Amino acid sequence: MQHLLNIIQRPWHWSISGFLIGLTVPLLLLLGNKAFGISSSLRHICAACLPANISFFKYDWKKEAWNLFFVAGIIIGGFIAANYLQDGSDITVAAPTKERLANYGIRDYSLLLPHEIFEWSNIFTWKGRFFFMIGGFLVGFGTRYAGGCTSGHSIMGLSNLQWPSLVATCCFMAGGFLSANIIIPYVFKLFS
Amino acid sequence: MKYLKYLLAGTFFGIVLVKAQVISWFRIQEMFQLTSFHMYGVIGTAVITGIISLQIIKRFKIKSFNGEPIKVAPKSFDKGQIFGGLIFGIGWAITGACPGPLFAQIGSGFTVVIVTLFFAILGTWVYGLFSDKLPH
Repeated sequence: MQHLLNIIQRPWHWSISGFLIGLTVPLLLLLGNKAFGISSSLRHICAACLPANISFFKYDWKKEAWNLFFVAGIIIGGFIAANYLQDGSDITVAAPTKERLANYGIRDYSLLLPHEIFEWSNIFTWKGRFFFMIGGFLVGFGTRYAGGCTSGHSIMGLSNLQWPSLVATCCFMAGGFLSANIIIPYVFKLFS
Repeated sequence: MKYLKYLLAGTFFGIVLVKAQVISWFRIQEMFQLTSFHMYGVIGTAVITGIISLQIIKRFKIKSFNGEPIKVAPKSFDKGQIFGGLIFGIGWAITGACPGPLFAQIGSGFTVVIVTLFFAILGTWVYGLFSDKLPH
């Protein structure tokens, strides 16, 4: 048992991780005929908390409540994995990326996210406005406009061989390339 | 409690997201800087697993555990997949997270990501407000 736990605690190979993520598609279909997709949960939260008479939020969100339980589970799973299923080693990041991140003042690889950015003390600085507020807004606005995110389009949609999901996935990637190679370096240069 | 199974499925998925390191801002930068194969390997394997699973379900007409025939709705194209897709992609690289990983980041102890999640909900709400005025 201890041996098994040790194996789980080590970093996982990408093929194991990908296989288990992919298995979530048949798992949800078998459990209750549910299509894998996460960004819809953000819409249900809007519909539940502040529908404000907007037609896009006037639907029976309670019928989709399973999705909110699923994302609540993700929070629990994140807690379990981070606290009990890690071996405490630094995250392995490619050297050329480390070199670029050093220019941004990011040097600590002990956690999955750099604490130079993801700290409460940053929320009223440019980092907070850019990485949390603007970034978060774009994720919520963009996924809903695209009708899905990485899970709904790139995994569920592609698994079901839907070409609109391929278009969406290519655009996700194009936006990401633009952001990581032009926008983020520019913003760091501007403020630091 | 009919929703418990989804809570448990989410817990499984959350553990996998963290162990796969796809919730890592570092991994997302690597992916978009083309300096590592990791993310492409994870997403590629996930899609292949999903394709094979759906083919098996369709070919053998496998039913869900409560006996319903399994149906997956097709996706229809609209321009939102282009404009929205680009906007989300920009945000994905900035936050280091798509919506699933946002929840996993919070669970794994980065509580400040609650701010990011709040703004993602706000972004969804603003989309809802203007959805019929945007090109689709």
